[in-house]
Amino acid sequence: MKFKNDTPALDATDYKILELLQEDSRQTYTAIGKRLGIAHSTVYDRIKRMEEHTIIKKYTALVDAEKIGAKGITALMTVYTDPKESEKVAAKLAKARQVLEVYSSLSEELQILAKVFAENQESLHSFIANSVAPLPGVLRIRTAILTKTFKEDQFSIRNSMNEVRFIK
Amino acid sequence: MNTETNSKILQTVPREKAFYFFTSIGNYTGASASSLKEFMERINEVNVKSLEFHLYRGDFEKWLTDVLEDPELVGEIKKVQRFNLTGDALRNQLYVTVSRRYKRLTSQPSSFQFKT
Repeated sequence: MKFKNDTPALDATDYKILELLQEDSRQTYTAIGKRLGIAHSTVYDRIKRMEEHTIIKKYTALVDAEKIGAKGITALMTVYTDPKESEKVAAKLAKARQVLEVYSSLSEELQILAKVFAENQESLHSFIANSVAPLPGVLRIRTAILTKTFKEDQFSIRNSMNEVRFIK
Repeated sequence: MNTETNSKILQTVPREKAFYFFTSIGNYTGASASSLKEFMERINEVNVKSLEFHLYRGDFEKWLTDVLEDPELVGEIKKVQRFNLTGDALRNQLYVTVSRRYKRLTSQPSSFQFKT
């Protein structure tokens, strides 16, 4: 079975593999196979298939910025835009080195939300004043500098699929 | 002051060189000025917090120096800074300062035609 965009439908075993990979993507096919009670070759085949269809987009490392001495501030920027220009504004923001994430949102006014990292408050302001405010279609901007992180997580199978509980 | 200098100060600059009014770090009001005339008009319209924010950071001086290249008005703005004004008193003083300069520039006989 396939979805419209040619992505193969996943079964319960695939979801279990994804959940285990999100827990630790460096564990071996054998270790995953053991936990799920299936052959390592089955795990290998399924992971390869999910990689080929970019269901698994990439494997990466979560780095503790503080421990490596990276200094800077993170801010959430809300950009209110003219609806006709919002896609272009989002695309421009997505290309900026300082911008970590960009989203559009549903609300009364069209908004682009972006997470921005800058060396300090002055460089944050300079980036917004010189590179964001002048973009055609930007109506106004609200920015909140983040002071403390209480939770920061990636999309996970575990959090998103309450009805699917595989790993005991 | 020569015609060329007046023209430079009274020019309309492209949007990437315009002045964008913020009320604090990263908070853009939506108001901008692409010329001295617009700058004078915005002083009367924007949230007064924006005037306080930019004046005491030296942003007005920087824009008037780097973009419009008007050292005379920069000098006048510096004098306003020294008064430590806030609120509507600051708005009024800034407006008087900039509009006086604007009137002087536009009333000087020159070949420059300012489009309104």
